[in-house]
Amino acid sequence: MSEIINTLKKDYIYNLMIKGKRQDGRGFKDLRDIKLETNIISKAEGSAKVTLGDTQVLVGVKLQTGTPFPDSQDEGVIITNLELNPIASPEFEPGPPREDAIEMARVVDRGIRESGAIDIKKLCITVGESVWIVFIDVHVLNDDGNLIDASCLAAIAALMTTVVPNEQQGIGTNVPLAMKEIPVGVTLAKIGSKLIVDPSLDEEAVCETKMTIVSSSDGSVAGMQKMGSAPLTEAEVLEAIEIAREKAAELRELYLEELVRQE
Amino acid sequence: MSDKPDKLITDDGLRLDGRRADEIRPMKIEIGVLSRADGSCYLEWGRNKILVGVFGPREAHPRRLQRADTAVIRYRYNMASFSVEDRARPGPSRRSIEISKVSREAFEPVIMAELFPKTAIDIFVEILQADAGTRTAAINASSIALADAGIPMKGLVTSCAFGKVDGQIVLDLNKEEDNYGEADFPVAMTQDGEITLLQMDGHLTPEEIKKGLELIKKGCKEILEIQQTVLRKKFETPVEEPEAKAEETEIEAEETEPSLEYAPEAAVVEEVIEEAEELEEELSEETTEAGAVTETVPEAEELEEIVKEAEAEVVDGEAIEEAIEAEAEEEAEEETEEEAEEEAEEEAEEEAEEEAEEEAEEEAEEEAEEEAEEEAKGPWKVVKDPSESGSRGENDE
Repeated sequence: MSEIINTLKKDYIYNLMIKGKRQDGRGFKDLRDIKLETNIISKAEGSAKVTLGDTQVLVGVKLQTGTPFPDSQDEGVIITNLELNPIASPEFEPGPPREDAIEMARVVDRGIRESGAIDIKKLCITVGESVWIVFIDVHVLNDDGNLIDASCLAAIAALMTTVVPNEQQGIGTNVPLAMKEIPVGVTLAKIGSKLIVDPSLDEEAVCETKMTIVSSSDGSVAGMQKMGSAPLTEAEVLEAIEIAREKAAELRELYLEELVRQE
Repeated sequence: MSDKPDKLITDDGLRLDGRRADEIRPMKIEIGVLSRADGSCYLEWGRNKILVGVFGPREAHPRRLQRADTAVIRYRYNMASFSVEDRARPGPSRRSIEISKVSREAFEPVIMAELFPKTAIDIFVEILQADAGTRTAAINASSIALADAGIPMKGLVTSCAFGKVDGQIVLDLNKEEDNYGEADFPVAMTQDGEITLLQMDGHLTPEEIKKGLELIKKGCKEILEIQQTVLRKKFETPVEEPEAKAEETEIEAEETEPSLEYAPEAAVVEEVIEEAEELEEELSEETTEAGAVTETVPEAEELEEIVKEAEAEVVDGEAIEEAIEAEAEEEAEEETEEEAEEEAEEEAEEEAEEEAEEEAEEEAEEEAEEEAEEEAKGPWKVVKDPSESGSRGENDE
């Protein structure tokens, strides 16, 4: 049944694209309306909720002490988890994470980790013995497409408002989590031969392939992932990178830079 | 774990293992190493040791996974617990699940899964020894194992990674470079250079990415040559043998032809051939008719209409063109599917033809035997085309 709907939708979306239009009236490079709220869960050390069109994602950051990895004795640990809650879509079922949930979590994680967003050296309590473990838990509340961008944005916003609970451990006063970079993920979908930014759920269902590009404030790329079964040409990849960097810079300026805290 | 070396690239541009920036590690490939798998490949790339087994197309279990219109492709990337420095916990990890997903997607554009509805094609990858670049190595090995299994593909998939080490863009990272490098960028591409897998982590500028993609193309070309060479080595030799045999049989046929003993039968066989040819003509007429029907594609007209509509409502010339191209591409895909169907039909018809021929020939033979007995004493006519009758006789046996 859903396949039939998809075929019909595909025709519809294709025909719109011939006219240079999208289903919801956006341009190919336009994002949906974004609402970002931070510090909404007081029990969490940091939290943020992103509403992207009808997509809603909530990220909570918890910090716990633990032992460091043997190959990075003086560094804190980042663990990212993403759950496709059954509340978010009739397609989602309870149970262990599906491969797409794991993939999304890992792409979000890669962006934060590889861009060096968190100063993990500052999370070390005692070298080789005790460090802070940062748990980034992404809760998808409503899936209307492009969960990755919403998750990336919510995760970085949550981290930027996270407080390290030193008092709880009796090791000094609480301090803001040390941040070094603001990575932003932007996903493009390929439909026909067009690349569109921020695909909606319908667009995701009909697109051949998607690519997420996480870029840093200096315009460099920190992470990329192609998702979907259709190939991309080299030119398309390069075009996607350009668009993603441009969009990421916009998002960073509009929503994230105000969260930068003076220490 | 060893400490970071001072320099990963020497001043004269050599890497720790002696390679230059644009060189891949030595690759060794063996095909058909597992007897129970339908196709298999063992690949060593640097210190990576990878074993791939392909099973299928086979019945998909559990049955709810079956798809009515295509085969499901399953790719399982699995690391042996002893393949890495610190023992890996057996079973799928989040990392291996992700790699399995993107690797499967790397093959979906080339495997002609639509030919095997309701089946599953399983690609099982075992990483026996890991030393950076296992996912790319596994894809290269899987490509060969799939070919070994005889799975129809539009081409081989080739994979290679580039990275940034000591600020330099280098091809095919080794373990040290992977551990201490600044970026890792695995890519898989088809023979036409279309990218079917792309991942990246680290820190790269767009210029570095462009440079890296150039290196990747070079690396993939080299790997493709290696893949093609080993496949040729394995599969090309037997192809020559039947040709030699065919020559021998021809010679035999020629030798036996002048013998008068075969003449009476041959004369009758000739008649039979004529009959068979008539039948064939009838059949071929049918096929051409069938072909003619499928040639008129109604969608083509629709497409033209869409084009006209679109042109009428000119909004953005470029957008229109590209969208039309996309439609055309889709159309073309559909057409190739239709063609495939037609081919299948034709094949079926050919089979029918052959059966008809065989039947006709059998009947004719019986008749011929009877007639031959009757006409045994009659005058012989010279056989006009002995070679044809000879070869027909050969086929019949």
